[in-house]
Order: sequence, then structure tokens, then C-alpha cells
Amino acid sequence: MRAILKREFRAYFQSPLGYVFVAALYFFSGYYLFTYNLYGGTTNMTRLFGLLFPVVLFLVPVLTMRLLSEDRRLKTDQLLLTSPVTPLDIVLAKYLAALAVFVIGILAPLLHAAVLSFYGPLDWPAVVGNWLGLFLLGAALIAIGMFLSSLTESQVVAAVAGFVVSLFLMLVDALALVVDSAFWQEFFRQLSFNKRYEPFTLGILELPGVVFFLSIGALFVLLTVARLDRERWG
Amino acid sequence: MIDVHELSKRYGDKLALDRVSFHIARGEVVGLLGLNGAGKSTTMNILTGYIGATSGTVTVAGHDVAREPREAKRLIGYLPEQLAFYAEMRVREYLDFCCDLKGVRANRAAHLAEIAARVGIAPVTHRLIRNLSRGYRQRLGLAQALIGDPPVLILDEPTAGLDPSQVVEIRALIHELGQTRTVLVSSHVLSEIQAICSRVIVLHRGRVVADDTPANLSRALQPVHRVVARIQGTPEQVQAALAPLAELEQVALLDQAEPGTCDVLIESAAGRDIRADVFRALARADLPLLSTQAHEASLEDVFLHLVADEPVEGQPAAAQPHGHA
Repeated sequence: MRAILKREFRAYFQSPLGYVFVAALYFFSGYYLFTYNLYGGTTNMTRLFGLLFPVVLFLVPVLTMRLLSEDRRLKTDQLLLTSPVTPLDIVLAKYLAALAVFVIGILAPLLHAAVLSFYGPLDWPAVVGNWLGLFLLGAALIAIGMFLSSLTESQVVAAVAGFVVSLFLMLVDALALVVDSAFWQEFFRQLSFNKRYEPFTLGILELPGVVFFLSIGALFVLLTVARLDRERWG
Repeated sequence: MIDVHELSKRYGDKLALDRVSFHIARGEVVGLLGLNGAGKSTTMNILTGYIGATSGTVTVAGHDVAREPREAKRLIGYLPEQLAFYAEMRVREYLDFCCDLKGVRANRAAHLAEIAARVGIAPVTHRLIRNLSRGYRQRLGLAQALIGDPPVLILDEPTAGLDPSQVVEIRALIHELGQTRTVLVSSHVLSEIQAICSRVIVLHRGRVVADDTPANLSRALQPVHRVVARIQGTPEQVQAALAPLAELEQVALLDQAEPGTCDVLIESAAGRDIRADVFRALARADLPLLSTQAHEASLEDVFLHLVADEPVEGQPAAAQPHGHA
């Protein structure tokens, strides 16, 4: 598994993809830092983290689009699947590689927090809570994106499908307001990433939220493994 | 070493493999022969665990590929038909990656150096894979298959797309590797299989239609009862001269290759050498026999021969001349 993880991680930085992803996160984090914290003269980073939520939603599909689709298209999956490793090893390695790149990206707001701490008192527990929320959000979204990437040979299709899912996750709160049936209202409300993410931005570490994001991540990792198996045995 | 039992594979409603069974003993070099689409690659893909079978079992040294994939895959080196590499990697980097994948840790540098020397990629170990020529890519694929020194090698069309001198080199290499390993090689070229294998399994439309030594197969396929003759004279004269020979089953006119002559394919019942009879009959009619040769068996003929009970699409019952006059 280590071998695949290493290769996948390196592949991100052998193409522009990894750099672009990390740079985009640094850019947005820096931009919000400037507009809200520096310009507004506050060390409260809740606003910044809140605004990173949609940024992450739209950047993660780019990060995950090639994870499995490229291997299928190029047939490089043949080497992996005929080596003494299990599909779970392969999927986990790819997942962790994407997660590692994501973590490098979301170090940006932490760096910015460190900078701010020189100029004023900083509510570190809130920052850490926020950061954990961002991390968990990414962990769930990367698993979803990876699963979408396993469904197709085309990176573009994987990315577009990822955007559609992200868009849906943004609109799901609004959907809960417009449907009549109490069941669907509750359903959409429970599905809302935004609702789960909010407590983190207030610096509250909520167990249900943690469990929610982690189980979404685990579910889609396992679905991806099932997809690989299904494809080979179908 | 390799046991394939009643293997079937269905793609949608197409049956790609139909109850294929064979056994390969330790140290054998076996060829898997068949036309494109006969099921060679499908068989190999299942043997290596790349895809699953619809039914049937494959065991490698006692390990069921479906139930104990790790153990089975550890024993197999596989060269796929469609070589796919991570093009942005360097050769050395790629081989290191393969070592990691296959769990080769001890003496890695020495192991890789030995493989590189053996398959002849030592000069390109620092090049990017994307810049390698077809020949080097094929060797790199072979190098990858040799990592970890697996006792079983499965090579899918190892010489496809190589130039003639490379073909000779790769064949020699496979022959050498076969001294100490169990090897299964696929090909659609009969002569290739003859050159390197001690046994041939012929696949046709997903079924095993023959399993024999190359010598036995080609004896069956190079029959003296089938002769191509070039005779000076008109087709009518030739037909008339050969008509009295009762044992002839067929006299088929082939394309004319030389003005004033005609080429015919003459066939008798199997096992009868008819060349002398044909000569005498033509001599009596004063028709000079310019040349005769045993009709060269092509792979199509092999299949016509092996699947005689099953008419092959697009092939007339009579054999066609192949490649020479």
C-alpha cells in the first residue's frame, strides 16, 4: 500500500494538478484573510473558514477526478490488480494520497492564523476546531470524488459529476425549505454538509458531525472497493 | 503448477471462454495459440487475477487465484498484451515502484541490475518511460514481470510489435527463462510457439481445440496428401489428366502465377502420399510438372483442421493459397 500511496502522491506533483490545487487554496485563504481579517482588523477567523467551505466543495472534484479514471483509461490498473495487493489497499492508498495533498492545501489558514497570532490575541481552540471541520469535510468529499472517478474512464466526466454533487450539497439546505413532506424535509436537513460544518466554524467539536463526515468517507471508500471488484467480476 | 478447471467467462451475452481446462506442470513452457478474439488474453487475465471468471477455478501452485489472490499473485510475473506504464516515471523509478508493490526488499539494487542486464534495459534506466521506443517498452514490461523472481511467467504476446531482430532476442530470452520457470506464452503466430514451447494449447472461440506438442501439431498440419503444383498447360488439360486418379478428393484451381501455367491444389484422403501418382499422371498427358510443394499450413488451416465439425465463418470449405504460389 505504501508504494501506491507514494506514487499517487508524487503523481500529483509531477503534473500541474497538485500545485494548482494547493495554490488555489492558498489564494482563497489569503484573499479572505486580507478582506476580513487584515482589512477588518480582527483575529476572528470564523468567517474565513466559513467561506472556505464552498471553495473546498468545488476544488476537491479537481483533486479526485483522475484517481481511478486515469488508471482505467491507461490500463495501468492491470499492474496494480495483478500485484499481491488487495483492491482495498489500492483504494486506501489513492484516498490517502489525495487526502495528503488536501492537507497541504488547508495548511494555508493555519499559517495565516499563525501570522495573525503575532498581531493580536487569537482564539486557538476555535481555529483548531475550524480546521478539523475543514479536514473532515475534505475527507468526506475526497471519498465521494474518488468513487465518482471509479465510475468512468474520463477525468472530465468524473470532475463534472463531482461538481454536480458539490452543487447539490450546497443546495440541499434550500431544498429542505421547499419540499412539503416532513420526511423529505428531515431527509435533506440530515444530508446537509453545511449544517454539519457550521458548529465547527463556531469552534464547537460536535461528535455527530465528526461521525457524519467520517462515515461518509468510509462509506464511499468501501463503495469504491466494491466498484473495483464488481467491474472485475461482472 | 497451473491448474485450470472448467473455466468460463461471459461478457454480457457473449461467451468468451467455454469450459477451458488444462494443466501445466512445473518447468513446462507452454504456448497458448489462437486467433485474435479466441480467448487467449481473457484466459491470461483470469490466471493473473486481473479479472474474475464467471465459473471454474484457477490454482497456481495450489493457491486458488480467486480465494487466495495474494499468495497466487506473488508467484506470477505477468506481461500484459497492452503495455501500460506511468509515462511520467523514469525506468528505474518504475522498477522500484514494482519492487515495492511486489514486496521485494532484500538486495533490491542487485536484483534490478541483474534484470536490467538480462532484458537489455541497462542503458535506459534513467530515461522517462514516455520517451522509450516500442522495443524498450516491451523489455521494460518483461523486466517488470521478472521482479521478485516469480516461478511462473505469463507472457501475453511478448513479441507483438517488435522488429525481427528484437523478436529473435526476446524469443531467446524466453527460452532461457523457461529453463528454470514455468512459462505460459500466448501468440497468434504458429512458428513462434514452435520455436519456444514444448507444448501448445490451441484456443478457438473460447474452447480448447488442441493440446499437443508442436511437432505433433505441425505433422497434422503439414500433410503430404495436400500438394500445390504448378503445371504447364491449360486448366482443362490438367483437370482431364488428373481425372483418372480415383484417390484424389479434390483438385482446386488456384490463381495463375505464370503465363501458360496453372497452379492447382491437389488433395487426397489423409495419410496417402500422392506426389508420385500426380507426377506419373501428368507425365502420361505430357504436361510438364514445374514444381510441387506441400501445401503450407497457415493458422487458418490449423483451425479448419481442428474445428472440422464446425464451419468457420467466411471461410470456404476449400483451402485457399496463403502467401506463396
